[in-house]
Amino acid sequence: MTTTTDFLLAIEDLTVSFDGFKAVDSLTMYIDKNELRVVIGPNGAGKTTLLDLICGKTKSSSGSISFKNKEMTKMAEHEIVRAGIGRKFQTPSIYENLTVYQNLEVSYPEGRGVFGSLFFKTTDEVIKRVNEVAKEIQLDKFLDTEAAILSHGQKQWLEIGMLLMQDPELLMLDEPVAGMSAKERDETAELLNRICENRSVIVIEHDMEFVKKIARKVTVLHQGKILAEGPMDKVQADEKVIEVYLGH
Amino acid sequence: MNFVYERFLGGKSGAIAIGILALLILVVLPLALDLFRLNLVGKYLTYAFAAVSLVLLWGYGGILSLGQGIFFGLGGYAMAMFLKLEASDPESTSIQTTPGIPDFMDWNQLTELPWFWVPFESFTFTLLAILLVPSIFAFIIGYSMFKRRVGGVYFAIITQVIAVILTVLIVGQQGFTGGINGITDLKTLNGWDIREDSSKYILYFINAFLLLGVIMVSKFILTSKFGQLLLAMKDKEDRVRFSGYDVSNFKIFVFCVSAVIAAIGGAMFTLQVGFMSPSFVGIVPSIEMVIFAAVGGRMSLIGVVYGTLLVNAGKTAFSETFPELWLFLMGGLFIAVVMFFPNGLAGIYNKYGPKVKFLRPLFSKSEKAETTTESAKIEADATTEGAK
Repeated sequence: MTTTTDFLLAIEDLTVSFDGFKAVDSLTMYIDKNELRVVIGPNGAGKTTLLDLICGKTKSSSGSISFKNKEMTKMAEHEIVRAGIGRKFQTPSIYENLTVYQNLEVSYPEGRGVFGSLFFKTTDEVIKRVNEVAKEIQLDKFLDTEAAILSHGQKQWLEIGMLLMQDPELLMLDEPVAGMSAKERDETAELLNRICENRSVIVIEHDMEFVKKIARKVTVLHQGKILAEGPMDKVQADEKVIEVYLGH
Repeated sequence: MNFVYERFLGGKSGAIAIGILALLILVVLPLALDLFRLNLVGKYLTYAFAAVSLVLLWGYGGILSLGQGIFFGLGGYAMAMFLKLEASDPESTSIQTTPGIPDFMDWNQLTELPWFWVPFESFTFTLLAILLVPSIFAFIIGYSMFKRRVGGVYFAIITQVIAVILTVLIVGQQGFTGGINGITDLKTLNGWDIREDSSKYILYFINAFLLLGVIMVSKFILTSKFGQLLLAMKDKEDRVRFSGYDVSNFKIFVFCVSAVIAAIGGAMFTLQVGFMSPSFVGIVPSIEMVIFAAVGGRMSLIGVVYGTLLVNAGKTAFSETFPELWLFLMGGLFIAVVMFFPNGLAGIYNKYGPKVKFLRPLFSKSEKAETTTESAKIEADATTEGAK
């Protein structure tokens, strides 16, 4: 049923229902290569569920998700990741009892099998990559620090860094600036603008100031459906959007 | 060489710790104790295999198995079956109705050796069975649990239930298993009398070397990326899964490895103690193994050996004087350790050790992780310098 497209990610007629409640309802959405898409919407609109569906955490009831023209809905989570989709969780999800260095090294996309990991060797290439990423997320001075004692913002960056280690073609971020200071928000916006240069990024965000800084194209979700889609200023002017979301 | 040093011994502090343990169990104890006591220590050291297996599974993997007795028992029974068949040759069993089969089978009106006993006439098969039967069994349990993402307390309960089922099965099928008495009157191993004093010494040393070997293999596993992933999974399983790892495969593997380690201990138990019975399979021994690991420190491969020795020495001493109080004491000990010393003896050593002057040299920085991050930092500094 999947049609061949030029899009990186093609979501068609996607529905998931929890005991009759449709959290995502016949949703159709396309993401281009190298596109940065922001998804906004009121609480319960189905934003996080949408990411859960794409990365395989939740299985869809019907519809299709095709990534590089390959159907994803029947694949296991780790296979979806290996296909090139990385996902950051809403609360920072890092390994607290490992150091920043170890957090990044463990995320290096080699030695992913049981025996591969037993005989995995830290080559110069791995160390180089860890250092590059650490610098990108401004944690290069904290490589030996146990991740548990990082600030909230740094934890968020570390998780983004762990995804960058895998160099995914599609990166999905769930509220990356929640709980961050104003300065951290600005730095995160810069980081996102840098990392979306050679990959597609989907960002879920509530903070409109932040959205304005990064958004080119915005999708507004409401009750599991797309309410509006387009450039930020056009969406902000949309009557329906103002009514359900922005106006409040 | 350097690879062996870093990965199998765990750097300088790891090598010193293993060296001290080796000195204790290979030199000090054999010189200091009479054969009876040394044989007891040998028995305790077989439990230490189970404790080491729990460091991998529970300490690092965060998977609590309350059924390590299953695998200890499988290994022990496999060895016992071989020894029993050797002890049941037609001459020494000529007074039986059916000579040439184990005595308990004869008492239970069996007239033929059951099919699953037949291959245990071969020593090679027995050795393979000690390693393979527990790992296949663990694979089946692990596959059906971890692929369905059963974990935590549910996994613990299921392993406990399996331990009960296995005990009931062994006790109930007297004719095939020797029932509640177990498999007794074991005499020789390929003609070598295991009851003689010299054999007891040799078995003690084989056991001690095997234990050190198992600790080093475990160290290798824990210092690899696999070890880091175990810690990562214990903390944020979903993050590992969404970093492209099939989490269940890692859990199944560590469960199988832990099963094999416990089984080696069981087989050495049978050889040193001279019998195997269901009382080493069920809930109580399985929980005792968890207590050994908890007291020693579930994150420390070496610590759990001391934990096992101490708890068992305490058990022997107390049950000679206050037999009825021992179980309460052990329960109390477990609660106290969990509440006040969650990292057990090893935790106390790591916390207070550096403060004791003569122990300080043992705590120099030499961990693998630290050296790699150290070199990474130097390189990072170098690149920043270059950028300037």
